[in-house]
Amino acid sequence: MTPLLTTTKLSRSFGGLHAVRDVDFQVVPGEIRAIIGPNGAGKTTFVSLVCGRIEPSGGAIVFDGDDITGLPAFQRVRRGIAYTFQITSIFANLTAYENVALSVQRALIDRHQDRAPQKRATALHRGVLEALERTGLADRRNVLAGNLSYGHQRLLEVAMGLALKPRLLILDEPTQGLSDGEIDGFVALVRGIADETTILLIEHNMQVVMAVADRITVFNAGRILAEGGPEEIRANADVQHAYLGTPADA
Amino acid sequence: MSRDRATLPTYALHAAVILGLFLLQFVLPEYHHGVLARVMVLAVFAMGYNLLFGYTGLLSLGHAMFFSAGLYGAGLAIEHLGWSMLPAFGAGLAVGALLGLVIGLLALRTTGVAFMIVTMMFAQVFYLVTLYFADWTHGDEGFVIAQPLRQVSIGNLYFDLTQPATRYTAAWLLFSIVLIVTLLIVRSAHGRVLIAIRENEERTRMLGYDAFANKLVAVVVSAIICAAAGAAYAILFGYVGSTFASVQYSILPLLWVLLGGGATTLGPILGTLFMYYIVDITSAFTSAYLFIVGLALILLVLFFPKGVLGTIRDRWLGWLP
Repeated sequence: MTPLLTTTKLSRSFGGLHAVRDVDFQVVPGEIRAIIGPNGAGKTTFVSLVCGRIEPSGGAIVFDGDDITGLPAFQRVRRGIAYTFQITSIFANLTAYENVALSVQRALIDRHQDRAPQKRATALHRGVLEALERTGLADRRNVLAGNLSYGHQRLLEVAMGLALKPRLLILDEPTQGLSDGEIDGFVALVRGIADETTILLIEHNMQVVMAVADRITVFNAGRILAEGGPEEIRANADVQHAYLGTPADA
Repeated sequence: MSRDRATLPTYALHAAVILGLFLLQFVLPEYHHGVLARVMVLAVFAMGYNLLFGYTGLLSLGHAMFFSAGLYGAGLAIEHLGWSMLPAFGAGLAVGALLGLVIGLLALRTTGVAFMIVTMMFAQVFYLVTLYFADWTHGDEGFVIAQPLRQVSIGNLYFDLTQPATRYTAAWLLFSIVLIVTLLIVRSAHGRVLIAIRENEERTRMLGYDAFANKLVAVVVSAIICAAAGAAYAILFGYVGSTFASVQYSILPLLWVLLGGGATTLGPILGTLFMYYIVDITSAFTSAYLFIVGLALILLVLFFPKGVLGTIRDRWLGWLP
């Protein structure tokens, strides 16, 4: 299958630190790909390069057959790459509804649908409610985002990403700080989303990774250490070494 | 959804304000009649400033240049090119739009404090330019646009803008148009993006919006509105001088907006009116009137930190636009 996203020799260094180094990476459409690795392995830097928040020092990014390496972030979003922030980044002084409306408004503009104002208003309203319902936030839609609980703010992040109708949804540690109950709900949500979009998931919670990922890419020290299905990765000695250290280290 | 229900009261309130200001001219004594005409023109300046500062979150300290771009654009066209009033007003808007575009392209490369300083520096350059070309502008002293030049015939209709009633109605018309335009902008899709940029620019960009282009549009529209106020000021009150390009006139719209309530459509007129009268009343019985103005400002910041309407919106009327 033609990959949706391909990176070739993608690199980024900060001064002398090679945060991401010569990464060759591919994702095929419809896949849920988890990216794991120890702290500082370069996971967030890597997805930031993909979505355009950071410029690469070298290498190329191809999305859906087009080279997007030089495109600014907002144009990549318009092509269908959505990013949800690791550190919750919402519009705290706007309501949950208004937060999501900004995404839906964008998606409607990009798809040139429903030019008539009345139709567009209806489409906007429907799109917002749909995203809020899927994330279970519909009854909190008039609450200021800053007043939502932390777990609900994380879900709002996901709702904003979803409402963009992306072709590639990048979730950066979405379950960080969530309760066990919330995590179960989140796993179900990601499985539902996967039917219509491709997902890149950075995640530390191994239960979540094993439950949802089709394939797993392991980063260590800015490079890809291993790649494969969940069972393969679980059995991989290099991965165990990177995560747990060797007996000699202990 | 609360916003839909708010549509009716919002338009009713704005219609009431516009109607009320129109009717006030028939009951106000002569002096206050003149003051209110002036305040409405200055409130247009404040509304233009508010669009950028209140809604988009860009604090400019150089808006005197946009006001005086309109003032000089219209004033010089009448004085030296012999243009009649309406084309001169158009010239004021055009100069404001062009200046807004150029300054926007340059100043928007910066943010925060640097943006304040850069806009202030450009405004100082503009101020010095008005002094340098004193042969045309008469610098500090300024020039008066003769009364016959402030009259206009459109078809069979004849308007003399030196007449208080005509002048008031012209000021009211400009104010009403700009108020409605502001209301439509801030309730539009574009207005929502401006507010999003103010709240969280990085997030707005990651939702697919071109933050730079949106901010540039905001600067240009703000500049055009402020230039409209300046051009109207030249035509209605007949005086053009470089005081209006000085830093004082960059600070004043900021104070008016802060007083009335940033990011509220009606805050600018309220703040301008309040400030005008507080100076007017206190300066009548003491030369230390700025002391009282300062005191009033401190009290307002203490009790109405978001300005009068901003605080009212927070506490009671959440639907205020």
